[in-house]
Amino acid sequence: MKVLLSWLQEFAPFPSDDPVALGDVMSDLGMAVESIERIGEGLDGIVTVKVLELRKHPDADKIQLVDVDLGDGEALQICCGATNLTVGDVVPLATLGTTMPDGMEIARRKMRGEWSNGMLCSGRELALGEDHSGIYILDPSLALGTPIVEALGITPDVLFDLEINPNRPDAMSVAGVARDLAARLGLPFAIPTPTVDEVAGDAAAIASVDIIDHDLCGLFHLRVIEGIRIEPSPRWIADRLTALGMRPINNVVDASNYVMLELGQPNHTYDLAKVPGGSLRVRWARDGEMITTLDGIERTLTGGRDGVITDSTDTAIGIAGVMGGASTEISETTTAVLLECAWWQPMAIARSSKFMGLRSEASARFERGVDPEIVDLAARRLVELLAPSGARLGQGSVTVHGDLPVTPAVRVRTKRVNQLLGTDISTERIVSLLTPIGFVCEEAGEADVLSVTVPTFRPDTTTETDVIEEIARHFGYSRIVGRAPTSAHTGSLTPIQRDRRFIRQILVGLGIHEAMPLPFLAPGDLARCGLPSEAVTVTNPLAAEESILRTSLRPGLLRAIAYNESHRIDSAALFEIGKAFGVPVVGTTLPDEREHLAVALAGSDAYAVAKVWAVLSETLGLDDVSIDQSTPPAGLHPGRSGVLVSGGVPVGEIGEIDPGVLDALGIRERVAWLQLDLGAALAAPHGEHRYHPISRYPSSDLDLAFEVSDSVAASAIAEAIREAAGPLLVDLSLFDVFRGHPVPDGRRSLAYRLRLQAQDRTLTEEDLSGIQRTVVDGAASVGATLRG
Amino acid sequence: MNDDIKRIGADAPARIAAATSVEELRAVEADLLGKKGELTALKKGMGGLDPEGRKVAGAALNEAREALEAALGSRRSELEAVERAATVAAERLDLTELLELPERGSLHLVTQTWDRLVDVFIGMGFTVAEGPEVETDWYNFEALNIPAAHPARGMWDTLYVDLGDPETVLLRTHTSPVQIRVMTDGEPPIYAVMPGRVYRRDTADASHMPVFHQIEGLVVDRNISFADLAGTLEAFTSAYFGGSIHSRLRPSYFPFTEPSAEYDINCVFCEGNGCRTCGQTGWLELGGCGMVHPTVLTNVGLDPEKWSGFAFGFGLDRLALMRHGVDDIREMYTGDVRFLEQFPS
Repeated sequence: MKVLLSWLQEFAPFPSDDPVALGDVMSDLGMAVESIERIGEGLDGIVTVKVLELRKHPDADKIQLVDVDLGDGEALQICCGATNLTVGDVVPLATLGTTMPDGMEIARRKMRGEWSNGMLCSGRELALGEDHSGIYILDPSLALGTPIVEALGITPDVLFDLEINPNRPDAMSVAGVARDLAARLGLPFAIPTPTVDEVAGDAAAIASVDIIDHDLCGLFHLRVIEGIRIEPSPRWIADRLTALGMRPINNVVDASNYVMLELGQPNHTYDLAKVPGGSLRVRWARDGEMITTLDGIERTLTGGRDGVITDSTDTAIGIAGVMGGASTEISETTTAVLLECAWWQPMAIARSSKFMGLRSEASARFERGVDPEIVDLAARRLVELLAPSGARLGQGSVTVHGDLPVTPAVRVRTKRVNQLLGTDISTERIVSLLTPIGFVCEEAGEADVLSVTVPTFRPDTTTETDVIEEIARHFGYSRIVGRAPTSAHTGSLTPIQRDRRFIRQILVGLGIHEAMPLPFLAPGDLARCGLPSEAVTVTNPLAAEESILRTSLRPGLLRAIAYNESHRIDSAALFEIGKAFGVPVVGTTLPDEREHLAVALAGSDAYAVAKVWAVLSETLGLDDVSIDQSTPPAGLHPGRSGVLVSGGVPVGEIGEIDPGVLDALGIRERVAWLQLDLGAALAAPHGEHRYHPISRYPSSDLDLAFEVSDSVAASAIAEAIREAAGPLLVDLSLFDVFRGHPVPDGRRSLAYRLRLQAQDRTLTEEDLSGIQRTVVDGAASVGATLRG
Repeated sequence: MNDDIKRIGADAPARIAAATSVEELRAVEADLLGKKGELTALKKGMGGLDPEGRKVAGAALNEAREALEAALGSRRSELEAVERAATVAAERLDLTELLELPERGSLHLVTQTWDRLVDVFIGMGFTVAEGPEVETDWYNFEALNIPAAHPARGMWDTLYVDLGDPETVLLRTHTSPVQIRVMTDGEPPIYAVMPGRVYRRDTADASHMPVFHQIEGLVVDRNISFADLAGTLEAFTSAYFGGSIHSRLRPSYFPFTEPSAEYDINCVFCEGNGCRTCGQTGWLELGGCGMVHPTVLTNVGLDPEKWSGFAFGFGLDRLALMRHGVDDIREMYTGDVRFLEQFPS
């Protein structure tokens, strides 16, 4: 909502000297000032001049020399780049020493050897609009040497652009803003009573309205305006509308808009001659009903959603509260006007305007709720504005009621006010804060309890808390003294939140960067990544790339890998912790939302990520998670990947991305991959890390190489060794893997170093050879034979 | 024999001093004291002496050996020091001549900011709660006093998903549904913050993403007032942004709080003096807050006459961008390593 200082001043004596301070008060009242524009400022030194002669610049094609007359008959040379000038034009000249609205200073200077004694101005340079295509041509009858502010009749003013919250329908009007501001500043506020000429005759005989659906329209006030002459609005009205962002059209339409902006009552003017019998009907639209609106667009209405105003033939001539119809539009031939000031059901207008995709200044006000008691004042004000065009108000009016909300008085307890605000405001103070904004406070018969009647222009205020907010607003939020927290409560992270931090620290330490790809996918992304296509879809995506919710972190991280590769960043190492969304489990509404960890290492093979996993799982104490390579996960390299299994349940996948997937995504390097369902993997107790006493006796190492088929996992052999060696085994490491002669094809040699140590003695040769025998037997049970 | 001993003793210093390396010194030592050395040969020759002469010669030999050993030892120390110095000198490394740096990873800016914020709130006694990113209309809107067709729904451009009845399941537009979950699942007193990822139907540009992050705070207890809200936000502001940065509250509107407020802080760039970032106002708008609306309390089964509370929330991404002077939010989400690696911590 934009407001002009001069317009506000018609309702209360606001000071003009410090617009910034005034703006601060508006902001503090919850009408946040987004910008302050000073109209007519920075135009001192710009005067009207007449073009005497146009000459070619001897040394420049794009500049011409213009001789102008400031009114003294002397020719003053100006260099000018514009080409829209003809001799005799009256144009604005920024004289030497002028500071332009944009801060530029005008000085005498040479342009390619020719003196320029000022600057001729475009509309944009004068801050009078966006036009910069040529010099601003003025009325040729203007006296020369006149200051431009005077020549254009610009009244210095201040334009405030305010952000109005949805709960402030009153502040959607100049008068409403003025009321709130005056109350805070302790200034008297009044809406002037319009003076109008009323002509004899009974409006009810000329016009009628029938509200068929009372749940759509609460009030319909109809007036007849006669004797009207359609012409352009007076300058001051057109200027104000323009300043507030509306385009002047003709005196009737402009007056209608002016009243809406000033008093907050949207209204509609029909050409009486185009409304048969002057009779209107109000009802819900029928499905498929058509109407051409004022903007010339033919619209199809939806039954029960949109409201219509029809004529006596039941033909729609307007969309209730949103926009009027073209068929009854005011035109040059209009002489009598039917004026509608109505109160529409806010929810109905909100729904209608939202689903029709048609937002208007009117609908924006109706959906917040307008003041049903202002209709008469609004009608009179409109006629007052049109009086210079011959308008006279027809006597009498037609007012029909539908369902209007009843606003019972609100019980406000002073104790509750102070409890909720943490203040010590007296009942008297509450009364003095509420009264100036139109709230009527009466004693409720109990000590320190008020019965507050809310004005009809504040339909948002219906409860005690609503009133408390008003008290706080006018008391001033900044005057409520903060109470520092003295909470005896303890804060902490949950185990999963701690684990997450832990995982991130480990991965960062391993040289991996955390990425956060968007969780949206395009159709086909899942299939390209070798994943099943079943997924939750977005109903109203802005783009196809955002139409599917990811079921895996794989597509996002691979896209990031591809992005890096295409920017010559090879071997990107990325991880992510984020949600993936499966289709809902049977019997539930929400997706099967799970938090995953994923690691993608470009340019690395499966070993690299298996090592990352080894560090992670050991640090987190996820001892029971194993890699099962018997059924490779979809989209991963069949020979180089496996499922992470915990207690027989799959909790993740590890290995390399299938080369086919990499090809489909245009990724050149290998990509090692790990994804872990964090919820599932971290659900079981883990990370206990119990203390094992460190033996004071010497340890002994036993190096054993086994030959075993490729089909047996090294982890299975390690497990067999551990089991066989028993508690004396304090460390086991695989230190060599060998394939090739003399080891037969399909088999390899795995060399393990066993570190053995007892808590209570030094191990003997006999101990060691005993363990070796047991270990060799154990390894044999999984098909590994000791190499000689 | 004594003469021989004396001669050896007299010659030895020169011979020891002449050795220029530990190696040469070892040879001198062998010549003098080794199995075939001169002193050893003299010792062997003692057999021919009478007992008295043997005693005298033995003493002299021992004396000479000790003197030689001392001289050799001291020379050896000298030579070893010289040789160590030479070795050390030859081993010089240029510590800037690094061929393969170990890879260093980085935490995402959002994570870093998230953790910092959470740490401050934990210090203030808050727990950390989370909730699903896909929500029902009830948690995201209805329970928060935003019924269907409420004009305020226009404040959020909602992305819906094709589950259940049309427009009943959605990508949460704010972290506020977690408030409802916390209040529904637990009992007051509640002191919780709720960081999380949120979604809007928005086209990405330098300052908007369809996916971003918020942190929300909720306190529900007896006699909680607007003054507690103001005090808590002020305490948080100086703890997170530094003691010179203060907060202010301005009236605003949110359906789930009343009274509602905008939460502003002194501009962290100009400390309130006015600069381009804050549009010369000296203030930065951080987020929204207010007293939990009585309807919201009623919706979760709490009696607004017994319990009161406040809630606040603000965007997390902007704080991340501000801290490091990043001017385009999209940079954070491409996964470009050249961006990520700039912020190791």
